[in-house]
Amino acid sequence: MASLLFYLLAATALLATLLCITRRSPVHAVIFLINAFFALALMFYLLGAPLIAAWEVIVYAGAIMVLFLFVIMTLDLSPDSQRPALSRGQWAPVLLLFLLLLVSAGLILTFDPASQASVPLFYASPRSFGAALFDRYGLAVEIVSFQLLFAAVGAYYLGRRRKARQAEESS
Amino acid sequence: MIVPLNHILLVAAALFFMGLSCTLVRRNLVMILIGVEIMLNAAGLVLVAGSAFWQQLDGQLMVMLIMAVTAAEVAVALAMVVYLHGRTGTIDVNTFKDMQG
Repeated sequence: MASLLFYLLAATALLATLLCITRRSPVHAVIFLINAFFALALMFYLLGAPLIAAWEVIVYAGAIMVLFLFVIMTLDLSPDSQRPALSRGQWAPVLLLFLLLLVSAGLILTFDPASQASVPLFYASPRSFGAALFDRYGLAVEIVSFQLLFAAVGAYYLGRRRKARQAEESS
Repeated sequence: MIVPLNHILLVAAALFFMGLSCTLVRRNLVMILIGVEIMLNAAGLVLVAGSAFWQQLDGQLMVMLIMAVTAAEVAVALAMVVYLHGRTGTIDVNTFKDMQG
């Protein structure tokens, strides 16, 4: 039952991602990507990561994708969406990558008997997750928090400078 | 959970290649960032699957750190998109191929 659900969710995620990368309008792409992230969150839950599943919904679908939507709606990208998404010469890298995907899929399926074993039942409770995180990776948590601070300062600086330049040009 | 590990690896590989082709082919800056997001999620799927396969927590911890790094990256990248759109009025990457020293 769980494996059937997993394959359904995998098909949903792949289909939504495929639709996402072929849309012309970035708004439609973001909506399809949110759909794919919900499917991925359920796959994470089935693989025993309930906390990661919750964060996938809260952080990715809830925060990052909404940030994308805000920026797209702020910028008014309507003329860009009138152009074709892909020209003819740009199909070559896609075909090359698809070939690579087929070859690697064949390699995984045929020449790797170790990964034929099924994934055992595993469940990481939030308590053990937090204990392991702050026990073993406390320094990494601190570094990541610093990085978030630097990113916030950098984003503020980029937005601030544009306003100053506009004020210069208008005056 | 009766899914073989290589099926999960196949799904993650397909997701990764879709994100990579989106990043390489699309000429819209927002779509390029979306391709990067897809690739990061495919890597996260592999990490969570490995975490369950070897009964270790480290893969899930790595995914959490990746999420934090992604949030920082998206904040700076979208601020840059807004900045470039304010300078040139477009977010087509072909516009930004010339450097001005």
